[in-house]
Amino acid sequence: MEKKEFHVIADTGIHARPATLLVQSASKFNSEITLQYQDKSVNLKSIMGVMSLGVGKDADVTISAEGADEADAIAALTDTMKKEGLSE
Amino acid sequence: MAEKVLKGIAASDGIAIAKAYMLVDPDLSFEKTTVSDTEAEVQRLHDAFDASKAELKVIKEKAVASLGEEEAEVFEAHITILSDPEMLGQIEGKINDDKVNAEEALKEVTDTFIGMFEAMTDNAYMQERAGDIRDVTKRVLSHLLGVTLPSPALIDSEVVVVAHDLTPSDTAQLDRKYVKGFITDIGGRTSHSAIMSRTLEIPAIVGSETATTDIQEGEVVVLDGINGDALVDPTDAEVANYQQQAKDFSAQKAEWAKLKNETTVSKDGKHFELASNIGTPDDMDGVLDAGSEAVGLFRSEFLYMNSSELPDEDTQFTAYKKVVEGMNGKPVIVRTMDIGGDKELPYLPLPEEMNPFLGYRAIRISLDRDDIFRTQLRALIRASNFGQLRIMFPMIATLDEFRKAKAIFEEEKAKLVAAGTPVADDIKLGIMIEIPAAAILADQFAKEVDFFSIGTNDLIQYSFAADRGNEQVSYLYQPYNPSLLRLIKHVIDAAHANGRFTGMCGEVAGDQIAVPLLMGLGLDEFSMSSTSVLKTRSLMKKLDTKEMAKLADRALNECVTNDEVKELVEKTVFDK
Repeated sequence: MEKKEFHVIADTGIHARPATLLVQSASKFNSEITLQYQDKSVNLKSIMGVMSLGVGKDADVTISAEGADEADAIAALTDTMKKEGLSE
Repeated sequence: MAEKVLKGIAASDGIAIAKAYMLVDPDLSFEKTTVSDTEAEVQRLHDAFDASKAELKVIKEKAVASLGEEEAEVFEAHITILSDPEMLGQIEGKINDDKVNAEEALKEVTDTFIGMFEAMTDNAYMQERAGDIRDVTKRVLSHLLGVTLPSPALIDSEVVVVAHDLTPSDTAQLDRKYVKGFITDIGGRTSHSAIMSRTLEIPAIVGSETATTDIQEGEVVVLDGINGDALVDPTDAEVANYQQQAKDFSAQKAEWAKLKNETTVSKDGKHFELASNIGTPDDMDGVLDAGSEAVGLFRSEFLYMNSSELPDEDTQFTAYKKVVEGMNGKPVIVRTMDIGGDKELPYLPLPEEMNPFLGYRAIRISLDRDDIFRTQLRALIRASNFGQLRIMFPMIATLDEFRKAKAIFEEEKAKLVAAGTPVADDIKLGIMIEIPAAAILADQFAKEVDFFSIGTNDLIQYSFAADRGNEQVSYLYQPYNPSLLRLIKHVIDAAHANGRFTGMCGEVAGDQIAVPLLMGLGLDEFSMSSTSVLKTRSLMKKLDTKEMAKLADRALNECVTNDEVKELVEKTVFDK
């Protein structure tokens, strides 16, 4: 399993367009991918799940991937997080 | 004779003849049933999801082309919701475990999500997503039930659109190539749909009351946007007659078009400024086509309404700069955000109010939320460097409000100057005159304010205490009533006594009965829909201001009612 922590810097947290892009990016991989925030963890391929977490600014979140393409998935998601200004 | 003739309010000039396209939600009711073949039911669900996705892709592509990438994002969001494995999994689970039909399973699951998002009352964005889920559910349901959910983006032949009302997102998707005109059940001359029809320059009738029940999909409709008549299933003779009228109307328009590059001068040589009202930079084509001498009202709230979050400084700057540059040195008056009343922002929830038009709106919000206000002012001040930009504050009731707004403006301007940002030396600051309290005190305001612009729709609504959206009191929309004309005269005179100018940016400024009176009262600037500019220029060139001054004097002092003034003008000016 691959894991990576992020500190959310976007004023609006993870919502709107960045959330959609994150989900779309995750959906391209076969691995099971989860987004963990506080004590809750959701399927990162589920827009409803991601939005229901209500991740705000300054939140610390963890993305984990498990499967054959887990390393690629984490790399791609890290890229999306940065490109969309969600984290540094 | 046509099968039926509907009467409504003529919202936008012109004549259209085409088949009806019903932009009306179909019946989506269903019964909860028990299913035995759950596998087939799950398949039915998948088929409906796939069909919905395919449809949304078409809608999205059209929307990208007509509205741009950003506006089309909502449809991408819908597709993402439809691709949500968790949601689909839960619905499948319900079908398998509870043996219910797909419609019921879909509704139960989506209701849970809608409830969850709506409960996030501290997060407007999430609350808005509840609406997205509702839209998506409707689409899937329509496929499960085998009915068509109409969408403006799916129109691909020439039609007249028939709807109960048209929302801003509906009108934004209307493709002028196919949509020849529209008719709605509700609305008035100043409702959103009516204003948009004039911006799009397509004939329209609003407030017909029964269009959606009296017209059937595919029936031929003659839409007479000049008189407000709609003929359903017309005879050949009627069609021929209206085709001739449409021709005459185009000929008239061509005649007016010759005045495009002329200035607006009365018969006796007095110049008036004829300007356009716009909502977005996209409306600039219409402004230039009409040969407007200024933009008298840039309704900046459309930048906020057409966005899914507060537009940032650069986004606003780009929009203002585009308009200012487009006018090539001619004046552009930008009205700061006028939200509230009937205009809502999904991401900026306002408290429920008993009387929203009398409540928290426009400058009242801007002064309270000065973070939003400062962003807008900074964008405006930066854009001032590219032409002649003026700033106008809406819904000013007291001088204190103006002074506060001006102080914030001066602060932001000083900051930008200190940072070395180039800004225009003299940015004129004006106010909308739409609240009677400000109109009455215009002589005091004129000492501190650079200009006035009279917003007639609201000034009438507040003067007559009559909600402009309430059809039962619509008889109180009395633009020629001597009481209102006296108030307008007071404002113009107060401005002139202090060397200021007065414009008008409401519907009345382009009204053919009001224009002669306003010329007589000495109004300096007339701002209206671009489509009315040339017609008004043509009228003004024929009128003598001294004679109009006499006419206005009679209207103010001899007439007692709205109708008396109207008759006087018709008799004197139009020889009726």
